[in-house]
Amino acid sequence: MNARRTLLVARKEVTHVLRDPRSLFLVLLMPLAQMMFLGYGVNLDAKHIPLCIFDREGSQASRTLLSWFGASEYFSVVNVLRTYDESVAALDAGRCRMALVIPADFSREVNDKGKTSVQALVDATDDNHANLAIVYARAVLATYSEKLRLDYLGRRGFAHQLGPILTVETRTWFNEELENRNLVVPGVMVIVMAMVGALLTSLTIAREWEVGTMEQLISTPIKPMEIALGKLIPYFAIGLLDTALCAEIGVYWFNVPMRGSIVTLTLASSLFLVVALGSGFLYSAVTKSQFGATLVALLMTYMPSLLLSGFAFPISQMPFAVRFVTYFVPARYYVTILKGIFLKGVGLKSLAVPTLVLGLYAIVVMVQVTAILRKTVD
Amino acid sequence: MSHPGESIVAVRGLRRSFGSTKAVDGLSFDVSRGEIFGLVGPDGAGKTTVMRILAGVLTADSGSVEVAGCDVRRYPESVKSHISYMPQRFGLYENLSIDENIAFYAGLFGVSRRQREEVAARLLALTGLSRFRSRLAGKLSGGMKQKLALICALIHEPQLVLLDEPTTGVDPISRGELWHLLYELQAQAVTLLIATAYLEEAERCNELALIHQGRLLACDKPEHLKRRMAGEVLRLVTPDPRSARDYLAAAEGVRNCVLIGDGIRLVVDNAELRMPELRSLMLQTELRFSSFEQVSPTIEDLFVAGAAGLLQGAPQ
Amino acid sequence: MTPGNGEDAGAIRVEGLTKRFRSFTAVDNVTLLVRRGEVLGLLGPNGAGKSTLIRMLCGIMRPTAGCVHVAGINVVEHAEAVRQHLGYVSQKFSLYDDLTAAENLRLFGGLYGLGGQALVARVQWALAISGLDGKGDVLTRDLGGGLRRRLALGCAMLHRPPILILDEPTSGIDPMLRRQFWELIHQFAAEGVTALVSTHYLDEADYCNRLALMSAGRLVALGTPHELRYAAARGDLVRVECDAPVRAAEMLKAVPGVHDVAIFGNALHVSITNMEPEAALRASLEARGIACMSIEAIEPSLEDVFAQRLGSDSREEPAD
Repeated sequence: MNARRTLLVARKEVTHVLRDPRSLFLVLLMPLAQMMFLGYGVNLDAKHIPLCIFDREGSQASRTLLSWFGASEYFSVVNVLRTYDESVAALDAGRCRMALVIPADFSREVNDKGKTSVQALVDATDDNHANLAIVYARAVLATYSEKLRLDYLGRRGFAHQLGPILTVETRTWFNEELENRNLVVPGVMVIVMAMVGALLTSLTIAREWEVGTMEQLISTPIKPMEIALGKLIPYFAIGLLDTALCAEIGVYWFNVPMRGSIVTLTLASSLFLVVALGSGFLYSAVTKSQFGATLVALLMTYMPSLLLSGFAFPISQMPFAVRFVTYFVPARYYVTILKGIFLKGVGLKSLAVPTLVLGLYAIVVMVQVTAILRKTVD
Repeated sequence: MSHPGESIVAVRGLRRSFGSTKAVDGLSFDVSRGEIFGLVGPDGAGKTTVMRILAGVLTADSGSVEVAGCDVRRYPESVKSHISYMPQRFGLYENLSIDENIAFYAGLFGVSRRQREEVAARLLALTGLSRFRSRLAGKLSGGMKQKLALICALIHEPQLVLLDEPTTGVDPISRGELWHLLYELQAQAVTLLIATAYLEEAERCNELALIHQGRLLACDKPEHLKRRMAGEVLRLVTPDPRSARDYLAAAEGVRNCVLIGDGIRLVVDNAELRMPELRSLMLQTELRFSSFEQVSPTIEDLFVAGAAGLLQGAPQ
Repeated sequence: MTPGNGEDAGAIRVEGLTKRFRSFTAVDNVTLLVRRGEVLGLLGPNGAGKSTLIRMLCGIMRPTAGCVHVAGINVVEHAEAVRQHLGYVSQKFSLYDDLTAAENLRLFGGLYGLGGQALVARVQWALAISGLDGKGDVLTRDLGGGLRRRLALGCAMLHRPPILILDEPTSGIDPMLRRQFWELIHQFAAEGVTALVSTHYLDEADYCNRLALMSAGRLVALGTPHELRYAAARGDLVRVECDAPVRAAEMLKAVPGVHDVAIFGNALHVSITNMEPEAALRASLEARGIACMSIEAIEPSLEDVFAQRLGSDSREEPAD
């Protein structure tokens, strides 16, 4: 290892970035744009589910029930329909996700039998949202029937203060407002870091092959490790800058709480960056063209960190085989760490396992990089 | 340091295949210190493969390669600080300036600041690039880029410079300037190994290896090669080359007859004997011709002869 | 003179052709007549205006002034019409690598409006002249460089254009294949095809009937290779074989009557006027202790001609 040659390569890379507006764009604007697009675009939330109503009775009681749905923040009533067919059509056309049908004998049944049912038609093309809609609808109905029961008991002279015997008091921790963005932003950060990291290094190597400078470079006494480190250092700095940029956008724009320490964030991000940048080197060894490198880098980072990191789809609900695969996706550990830092505010001690795994990955990737960066054109 | 005559490159039985293609197929040659050696052959002859192997950036399948006293096959890294390799696409960083490119390569070779400034100043003056030192390499013309690439290749004062097709796509004027520069370097005891597909240019080398389909056709000084060619070359200048060929191609002693733009070139067994015969044949035909003379064979002639096994004393 | 189709009108007729880009004149008042069935070489350094001239001939660039007739068509007025009459072969013009030879030919034939029996017949013809008889189903990428160039030529000739434009058509190919390639060009020329060859390679230039030398947008010389070689020699050219050629070259430049000295491998090319080279040069060399093996008069190569005609021109540096 020759520090002078390593720094020489590093300095050259910095000059490239500074003089090439396109790479500056890639470095600074892309993370910003991605954070914005994904931050707003990925919606895991099930609030304001569009609801259509077909009220066959139109009584005082049915209208009260409907007003409960309207008052809930989980639903917004988009349409009041007059026929059953219209409800089906509204579902088909996607104008609503749930259609609620109140039978013509709703209040009579309640009064006579003390028991009735309403029909809910649910669009289950998105099962996640469909499940949530059903759960929310049940909750609204349950509260409403509790109220009916209390009213009934009250009318019979039972004490008004007789409340429900047992209630579950839910307290959501770490994300008190169940705010979707609080979960999305750390996840998006992971995607952005994985992608930008891999792109930065794979493009710089592929460009040298494409222009022909690599052949010249490897004909000099430079060592593979010096090329790798020389390119890693500046892009590592840029990557940390991007992490900071993403975190700031998360905290100041999307109002995600930042409860943990910046030191922990920096340490974990550094490890993840080494993995991302290192894998960029590996991709560029497979393909020596900038186009190919971009394609492989996108494919290898975007998909796994979106689908398998546990940010969009809970890992615990994945089939066993897929769950097994996620253990090999470094983004998975970074998601755990980021959520821990941002939302729980826990320190390194609680995040020791994912951090150690990330560190292990960083070492493995860099060992592979030096093995693969040979100084030949074969 | 330099001992003229002693060989600085020794290649024996070199082979390298890519899949089923034999790019280099049992090549042997020697390059003596201080000479300009031309590796000459058409595209696909295996020149670039040989250059890359000599530079230690490509592995060989078999054979031995010794460059500047280093066994390149066994220790490819050992040779890299003694020589310099200029690939076909010069390794210049387009968004670095002339000075920055030079400093970068000087740094890679661990050249001291003093040596760098001294050598750079001399070479920049020699190439006429001194005025443009802060210009980005991407903004230079093709000829200037090539000169800069050469400066970068020479900054650590290597004993041997490998140049892979330095004149491809370069116009004849810039080509002339480049050769002028190469002779200057030669005068400073640098050995130059040049690959070229441009046969006319080959005459400028001190020593030639004609390469065809990964094999050596011949290796000698260009003037010796010309003497080794079986037969002599005549050129007839006429406004109607096709008819002239029809008359002369089958004449006795004519081995080969090629149409050129304003006449024909004939390879005959004996010029002194055949010229009068052919001249009288022409006079009988009433075809006009303005000149009929013996010319020296071109490298193209030698190449064609070599491929047909008509270079006397040729190897194999 | 009116535009016509007769041979005397010329297959390519260029008069006072000029192209200016803002203040830069790429082609400067060029007048040139290329006869039917002639192979004309267009030579000149980069930036001399060769490609601009060719673009105007093909009707893909409008001249600033002057007129161009190609195959009897006024190119300035009927830019589209001229294309059907042109075939183009470039060093870079690559056929589709992943198509077979025949597929490439059928594709390009179709693009030129050939179809049915005519296309089948022309594809057969093109395969035959490319030396690919019976090998039509070989992938283009598996053909050698020389065969690929010939296939490109066959492709360009599919629609029987009377004018063929070639850009460094045989640079870097095997000398044997190069000879076959030029044989074909001359065969087409004998059948009346006019060829315009743009090249940097002077060994390619030797195959042209006439050469047009361009420099800084102007036509600076025009003639057969033989004429140019003889007109060029300002004096005589001698080849001097001696020891220490680098030192000898420096020394001989100072000898009166010597115009120029160029090192050429193991010898020197010295251009001289009005002197007895044997006596004068040998004496000066030996006075400095440089052994002189031989001195002989030689004819200038096209390279020498080129250098002499253009070397003195001030060359422009690229703009900042």
